[in-house]
Amino acid sequence: MTVVRRIGVRVAWLVGSLLLASFLIFLVCNALPGSIAEVILGTNASPGEAAALEERLGLNAPFLDRYLHWISGIVRFDLGVSYYTGQPVTPLIASRLEVTAWLIGLGMLVAVAVAIPVGAYAAVRRRHADGVAVSALSQLGLAIPAFWAGIWLVIIFAVELRLLPAGGYVSYWDDPVQWIVHLILPVTSLALVQASVIARYVRSSVIEVTHEDYFRTARAVGWSRMGALWRHGMRNTAISLLTVIGLQLATLLVGAIIIEQVFVLPGLGSLLLLSVSKRDLGIVQAIVLLLVWSVLLINFLVDVTYQLVDPRLRRQGDRS
Amino acid sequence: MRRSRSLLGMLLVVAIALTLGACSRPQKEPGGGRELTVGATTEPAGLDMVTVAGAGTPFVLLYNVYETLVKLDNEGAIKPLLASEWSQSPDRLTYTFTLDPQARFASGAPVNAEAVVKSFERARSDVATATTRSKWAVVKTVEAAGDHTVVVKLSQPSNQWLYDLTGPYGIVTDPTATGDLNTTPAGSGPYKFVKWEPGSSIELEANKGYWGTPARFSPVFFRYYADPNTMNTAMLSGQLDIISNLTAPQSIGQFSDSSKYTIHEGVTQGEVVLGFNHRTTALSDVRVRQAINYAIDRSALVDSVWGGKGKLIGSMVPPTDPWFEDLSQTYPYDPAKAKQLLAEAGLSSGLTLRLRVPSLPYGPTSARFIAAQLQAVGIKVEVDELEWARWLDQVYGKHDYDMTIVAHVEPRDMSAFAADGNYWGYANKDYNALLKQADEGTQDEQTAKLKEAAKMLADDAAADWLFLLPNIVVTTPEISGVSPNQISLSFDLTTLAARS
Repeated sequence: MTVVRRIGVRVAWLVGSLLLASFLIFLVCNALPGSIAEVILGTNASPGEAAALEERLGLNAPFLDRYLHWISGIVRFDLGVSYYTGQPVTPLIASRLEVTAWLIGLGMLVAVAVAIPVGAYAAVRRRHADGVAVSALSQLGLAIPAFWAGIWLVIIFAVELRLLPAGGYVSYWDDPVQWIVHLILPVTSLALVQASVIARYVRSSVIEVTHEDYFRTARAVGWSRMGALWRHGMRNTAISLLTVIGLQLATLLVGAIIIEQVFVLPGLGSLLLLSVSKRDLGIVQAIVLLLVWSVLLINFLVDVTYQLVDPRLRRQGDRS
Repeated sequence: MRRSRSLLGMLLVVAIALTLGACSRPQKEPGGGRELTVGATTEPAGLDMVTVAGAGTPFVLLYNVYETLVKLDNEGAIKPLLASEWSQSPDRLTYTFTLDPQARFASGAPVNAEAVVKSFERARSDVATATTRSKWAVVKTVEAAGDHTVVVKLSQPSNQWLYDLTGPYGIVTDPTATGDLNTTPAGSGPYKFVKWEPGSSIELEANKGYWGTPARFSPVFFRYYADPNTMNTAMLSGQLDIISNLTAPQSIGQFSDSSKYTIHEGVTQGEVVLGFNHRTTALSDVRVRQAINYAIDRSALVDSVWGGKGKLIGSMVPPTDPWFEDLSQTYPYDPAKAKQLLAEAGLSSGLTLRLRVPSLPYGPTSARFIAAQLQAVGIKVEVDELEWARWLDQVYGKHDYDMTIVAHVEPRDMSAFAADGNYWGYANKDYNALLKQADEGTQDEQTAKLKEAAKMLADDAAADWLFLLPNIVVTTPEISGVSPNQISLSFDLTTLAARS
């Protein structure tokens, strides 16, 4: 099987799972008990009004018709409308996506930037007290939920020291300095947990590398331990690191939803929670779809990059 | 080596940003008034009050960006705003409003009779929400009589209509505005709309050409917090000047330092009602309903579930309405009396009732407290917690419950007990007649009749009014002019001032 065909098979799987996911999401969102119209009208409405509103929102049509209408809109980048305001969901989500994307992107960047040197250090010094301490600390970091870290960071840096804002968001395009000031605490609390996870992977794969023959050879020709690691070790750990980062992106998405609540960031997560509480299923199903699809896509991309990056995998593929 | 240097560079950037951020904190606009940031809980669903329902929109825009012909002052009295005076015909069917000739929209266009008629016609048309249209149902015609006079004819006299005119149903919109009112409001108030960052904040600025007393703050930010604790933290960290309503009264202790914070305690119009389903056989008996009223120690309930904040009212009237009478002692806490009434009703052997509550902050905690107290007089209570959408479906819609707890936050909502097919199943012809007479009578008659009606509800034990939701506003000490009571739907910026 050639690489192209192998990738072709994966694309077919991807499309299949995207479709299945969209169907399941629509099914669950529409099987929830309670009427959206009743929630919108609240305690002010008469029963007749609720029925009329359901009609107007198009909630009376058969389930499959509504699903097909929804999915055919999505293909045209039309994610539907909010049941509350009747506004289209696509621009609404686009405006929120910026915040979440920065949060996740910067969170991952900081996490990787911290995790690689820390993990390598812990591996190299694993028989010394400081190396053990570093690896114990990363274990502790793993155990701390991001929101809890966030709350403590707010208490220390916002309430007590008043150095940083407790929450809120300023767009980069409005004021880049305030933008970074507002993102420091949320990004730190997200990155803390991620860095611990990644650092542990880096540590174990570096330990593995130091046992390899080529590493010993590099040391034998005169490279220092750190030098040999940078030149030969890191490249070999990169593949497994890539997989971990891909997987962690999914947990980062979930973590961002909660962190947005703690820091009052107007991202996708806070929009999702607000819409759930208001039963604005038009928005809920669109965001959930977007999140699930991005996780599927990330996995797909990791998978494909894997195929392209690692020559060993490619050769194995050719043989089969 | 290069890698570690770029890491160092990044840290440096962060450090610089930190210092800059800390320095650029206190922002004061030179000359244009002081900046003000208000924390709030309910974000608008849209900015057009006529076509979008919800309390979030008038909270920001009413009296600040949009004005009405008449407005409610902090004592709940109806006062002139765009109309400098108004009169009523002797049959109380015709209102004549004289507009203030000075009044201008923020765009500079005059607030004339034509603009008012256009705005009112819009509120009566199909674009308006069902609630808005129902408020205007009593109106027959709206006409301009000259440039500054508007004549409104009603099909029957209604005190409620003039009251509703002070709210979101009576706003006057700039007819020259070309944008979508749902995203760009256009009114005549002391503040102009600047921008809305959905999920985050709304920004207003002073309307420099305002026709009345100029705005004291500019810009003004309304920041939205889904979680009350997050809003408290924002206040504690100095990001807010005002918490517009502390919805978790238990957290009031965080603001006890009076050198940093001022707490204004007042009342809202939200009655927390223990509702009875009058269709249930046992609860159709007034003695059982009274027994439950006697069996619950409401003052202890407020202490235990709402931090001791919350006034006892005893009927469907908040103290800010002119016809309020303290009826909270109609049924003092008396378990013996409760047992006796239950025995008289033939239920001494016991009774089981389902208490189905929405999972809102006051619901489950109050329910457990009440279940324990009713247990003591021989009523077994099965508590059932429902998510809001299910509560609306099962309890509010299908009436599948015996007792429930919900806050009725709409102003002047005695009519809820008179509505056809109301979820309590309360139907009392005498009560309905009193409400009708009150609406059609003079102001004195209205007050007298509604007092009588409120007493009738209490004597009939139509429900058990547990307490009134408190209004707790926290500000920094420089802010003055805060109205402790929530009387209108507006967070009225015009009464606020700041000592410098």
